[in-house]
Amino acid sequence: MSITLFIEQVLNGLQFGFMLFLMSAGLTLVFGVMGLINLAHGSFYMIGAFAAAAIASWTGSFWLGLLASLMAAAIAGALVEMVVIRRLYKRDHLDQVLATFALILLFSEATRWLFGAFPLYLDVPAILSGSLTLPMGIVYSKYRLFIIIVGILIAIGLFLLISKTRLGVRIRAGESDREMIAALGVNISKLYTIVFALGAALAGLAGALIGSIQSVEVGMGEPVLILAFVVIVIGGIGSIKGALIGALLVGLTDTLGRFLLPALFGAFLDPASATSIGSAIASMLIYILMAAVLIYRPSGLYGKMA
Amino acid sequence: MLKKLTQLAAATAMITTPVFADEAKVKVGMITTLSGGGSGLGIDVRDGFMLAVKGNDSIEVVVEDDQRKPDIAVQLADKMIQSEKVDVLTGIIWSNLAMAVVPAAVNQGKFYLSPNAGPSALAGKGCHKNYFNVAWQNDNLHEAAGGYANSTGYKNSFILAPNYPAGKDALTGYKRFFEGDLAGEVYTKLGQKDYAAEIAQIRASDADSIFFFLPGGMGIAFMKQLAQSGIDLPVVGPAFSFDQGILQAVGDAALGVKNTSQWSKDIDNAANNKFVADFQAEYGRLPSLYASQGYDTANLLISAMDKAGVSDADAFRAALKAADFASTRGDFAFDKNHHPIQDIYVREVIKEGDVLTNKIVAVGLENRSNAYVDECKM
Repeated sequence: MSITLFIEQVLNGLQFGFMLFLMSAGLTLVFGVMGLINLAHGSFYMIGAFAAAAIASWTGSFWLGLLASLMAAAIAGALVEMVVIRRLYKRDHLDQVLATFALILLFSEATRWLFGAFPLYLDVPAILSGSLTLPMGIVYSKYRLFIIIVGILIAIGLFLLISKTRLGVRIRAGESDREMIAALGVNISKLYTIVFALGAALAGLAGALIGSIQSVEVGMGEPVLILAFVVIVIGGIGSIKGALIGALLVGLTDTLGRFLLPALFGAFLDPASATSIGSAIASMLIYILMAAVLIYRPSGLYGKMA
Repeated sequence: MLKKLTQLAAATAMITTPVFADEAKVKVGMITTLSGGGSGLGIDVRDGFMLAVKGNDSIEVVVEDDQRKPDIAVQLADKMIQSEKVDVLTGIIWSNLAMAVVPAAVNQGKFYLSPNAGPSALAGKGCHKNYFNVAWQNDNLHEAAGGYANSTGYKNSFILAPNYPAGKDALTGYKRFFEGDLAGEVYTKLGQKDYAAEIAQIRASDADSIFFFLPGGMGIAFMKQLAQSGIDLPVVGPAFSFDQGILQAVGDAALGVKNTSQWSKDIDNAANNKFVADFQAEYGRLPSLYASQGYDTANLLISAMDKAGVSDADAFRAALKAADFASTRGDFAFDKNHHPIQDIYVREVIKEGDVLTNKIVAVGLENRSNAYVDECKM
């Protein structure tokens, strides 16, 4: 194994991690601020991807598609919050899980009805296609590098938003004491709608970014949703910083595990069983990581101690 | 005594009369994937099947969605057998679902006609007299890909497939015919969409060709990411990643790729020409190989019904075995483990106007049966 291959895999892990961060930032905010479990978060990912694919094929511009993904997911998020979610804050988590699971089914069927059951076409723009050579002779896809940069920018933006702005102050206040900030005259329901729409928009952006190198199809959000839940459990529920660290940990563990474990087993097993045992264990690795984190820090890396 | 006999005769007549009326009728239970990821495959199988039975009053079809989940498929099969009382089951796309449903169904005396999944376990030791595969044994298309790789002169292939029964069959099939070396062999997670780690390994290896089996959305993702990576190696694979349903989503990245299939829309025979024209007229899109398999499955069933009633299981089975129908593939026969003997073609992805599609460039394997015939004691 060469060092360039290893660095390339680390970059892949970072890219995957930043993607997960976009998904889990919204999820952890909504859980932290509103105390709501939102299973339909994956649907916003799908809505973003479909909006991007539709607008990109209509206008021919990937960038307009990306913008459309943000807007469509934010609008869908705001609508869902006002029509459905608002009624669920006072209910227990089981009701929330049921209602948001129903939303998944609704969104999936509506998307199939609108766009059909076959995957849509969405490709990366010409300027970002192909790869470039980094120092040390590492050849890496421009588009994946772009995803890493977008992820870093959004992480910085979110930190500034939470720590420096009035909205951020309110979000933090909402996390620590909901009744009190309502009593202080903050329009809490407007705040909730904004936070929910923001989270949905980030998920939509993730969907569009990933849709262009994967596939845009109905049901694409659910596998990512499970990973996003793993991320926020590892990072600590409600913490943006936790979501970032958790996402990068999961991204790196998954990518490096998939590539190192079969090689490791190959040292003492024959190639066929090494690949099959190695890849089987690699797919469990992030859950093992989650279990290990929970043993030592039951409320996650940056979670508030219960 | 005489009175008793007459009563008995009358009673028997009463029992048998409705059966005679239903003799010509067959109730089909179709369990297939109609929602979520991979639904395009199930929808094509269903549409192909429905096209063939359209207007046929003697076939009643109950269609249910398995959501690509083995537990749901098992529940649906139980429901269809026990409360719907179907005679024939069909429709399953995925091999892991087939393994969960087929053995139990055929052991309860139902017929199962597979329009897609053909796991090796059901072709070899687990073969059953009531199980017929109308598509292929899972290894077949991959074997043809291996053979094609030899004839093109590839010496060192990097091969990958998802970690599930059909994925293992795929790599086994390729290796059975490929005579060169392997630059790498990787099993990915079923449903995985990001192949950055695998593509990095391909780049670092000294492979001269790539073979992959990644059906549905997985293949779209892999092809797009491979095109982005700047790796310029020839790709060969089975038709599943290049079928009509997903080619448009892969885009130009697929152009020129060689893939192996038992069917193609340009096979020139009367049955196929009619099928392609009718399918386009009915659904407004080009058919995929899955649609052709659904269509052939229905036509096989109709041909058997013309010869025997389904209540006479032995006669019906013999009628199915005869495979006396006009397949869209041309020549078609069952081997003794009830899997097809057929030609496997090599196709190339081309553009017809704006539409990406496939055209046959060579015959990969002629009259290919499968490697498990001798393991089947039937």
